[in-house]
Amino acid sequence: MKIAGRKVTANSIAVYATVIVITAVMLMPFAWMLSASLKLSRDVFVFPIEWIPSQPQWQNYVDIWTKIPLGLFIYNTSKLTIIVTLLQLLTSSFAAYAFAKLDFPYKNTLFLGYIATIAMPWQVYMVPQFLLMREFGLNNTHLALICLQAFTAFGVFLMRQFYMSIPTELCEAARIDGMNEYQIWARIMLPLSKPALSTLTIFTFVTTWNDFLGPMIYLTKTELKTIQIGLRMFISQYSAEYGLIMAASVVALIPVLIVFLSLQRFFVEGVASSGLKG
Amino acid sequence: MSISNSTIAAGDAPAVSRRPSKVLSRRRRKIQSALVAYSFIAPNFLGFAVFTLGPILFAFVLAFMHWDGSNAITFAGLDNFWRLFEDKVFIAAFWNTIIYTVVSVPATLACALGLAILLNQKIFGRDFFRTAMFFPYVASLVAVAVVWNMIFNPEMGPVNMILYTLGLDPKDMPGWAADRHWAMVTVILFGVWKSMGYYMVIYLAGLQGINSELYEAADLDGANAWQKFVYVTVPQLGPTTFFVTVMLTIQAFKVFDQIYMITQGGPGTSTLVLVYHIYNEAFISWDLGYSSMIALVLFFLVLAVTVVQFRRQRED
Repeated sequence: MKIAGRKVTANSIAVYATVIVITAVMLMPFAWMLSASLKLSRDVFVFPIEWIPSQPQWQNYVDIWTKIPLGLFIYNTSKLTIIVTLLQLLTSSFAAYAFAKLDFPYKNTLFLGYIATIAMPWQVYMVPQFLLMREFGLNNTHLALICLQAFTAFGVFLMRQFYMSIPTELCEAARIDGMNEYQIWARIMLPLSKPALSTLTIFTFVTTWNDFLGPMIYLTKTELKTIQIGLRMFISQYSAEYGLIMAASVVALIPVLIVFLSLQRFFVEGVASSGLKG
Repeated sequence: MSISNSTIAAGDAPAVSRRPSKVLSRRRRKIQSALVAYSFIAPNFLGFAVFTLGPILFAFVLAFMHWDGSNAITFAGLDNFWRLFEDKVFIAAFWNTIIYTVVSVPATLACALGLAILLNQKIFGRDFFRTAMFFPYVASLVAVAVVWNMIFNPEMGPVNMILYTLGLDPKDMPGWAADRHWAMVTVILFGVWKSMGYYMVIYLAGLQGINSELYEAADLDGANAWQKFVYVTVPQLGPTTFFVTVMLTIQAFKVFDQIYMITQGGPGTSTLVLVYHIYNEAFISWDLGYSSMIALVLFFLVLAVTVVQFRRQRED
């Protein structure tokens, strides 16, 4: 018993040591980023690393707002992300209700069209899509990015899978009570699907906020740029201003961090359940 | 379309009310409920059809055309296809994509599985550790790629500084992103670091699905931890591993952002991948037909993996 008890202790020390070392390695780049963001550029590469700067340069966080239109970039990204996420939630849950609970001609054919494109990489059709948007006169507009991100097969699929698990009897009872389909969607399905909506929110938010290739192709005017390509522009313009680059990078990470931490339970559930389907 | 539908409905209405035959009213109700269903689908479907389905079909046409985007579009037949075999950059991009996939997929998979097993145990602060592993996945790529570039800076970066203090000769130091032999390693390390937390979560879900009686039975048979891992955990996780492999492979075929941010495809063509070549041919050279042909190669790679997945799912 005593031997067994000691064995467990030794084992758990090993486990904790491993977990802590791996976590430290995983988080090292973030710690380094945060530390460097508070240093003068010439001190960034000083070795051994001074993790907590003796003279924190808070001025870096003030200066970045004047060196690049960081505020405008954040506004552009927030605007795009919020519109795309709202449209995505609305149109996906709307379409998913029909696919899950209503009967209509060509239902399976239409749904197959959605499924077939889930695995289709966007990179395969990004060029024709760009030509189409240009034809519509949408290049160098935010509308182009909204159009290309707001109507995904993934959103419809995710919401449909969730609605399938809600008993059909609930809808039938509501119909007998005299509700029409729109009322059933608004008053029964939407309130019940909060977990799925949260999952879709965080997926869409993170993807749109972090999107790089899309804005890079469509937005060439500085005043339209998102935080990601704005940051990239800043890096090439001020390549030696390490402290400032790191401060701007930290600022770009904060919104995602907030959304992720507040909704992460749903995100983890969403990832986990998408894995179980395989 | 909606106008013509409503005229038909309005025209039908008086006829139905004059002769209230059951067949007609049932049909009318059917049409009506179909219209309601279509009204639910329409907002998403219209956007999806115009901005996704349309361009997908257009991609197949464009691959057999010559077009620079401004002058007349002309039929190219198989020209773009034959060009693939003579294009040294394409061949390099193709093999780099394969190398990236063949190395990064098993590496990510092994790390994700290891982490999942480690963090499936009942330890203090488990949720914190899981979140920490997951965070690189949601962090913005541009921001973390800059840090990565700085940490792996061959002359001043802390990684090589640590190697230096460990006694490694500066001559033998890896040049990381600046060195053609190390550039792919750098990009792969970054990819594994960034995405393994995501697949760890999928594995955690898989681990929770394993019946604990199997482990109890293995205990009774006197199995040690390694034997339990090999004979219970790994086989039980088979479907999860398969799913993760498929997802990772498709992701690896599409790699672009991290390469653009860390190596720009270089040095030379040592980290140039298919999507990079598609991007260059389209938006730098404006050779739209040829870039669509390369996109078709990417499409067929992904299709092959997806077909294998479908077959496998049907067997299960």
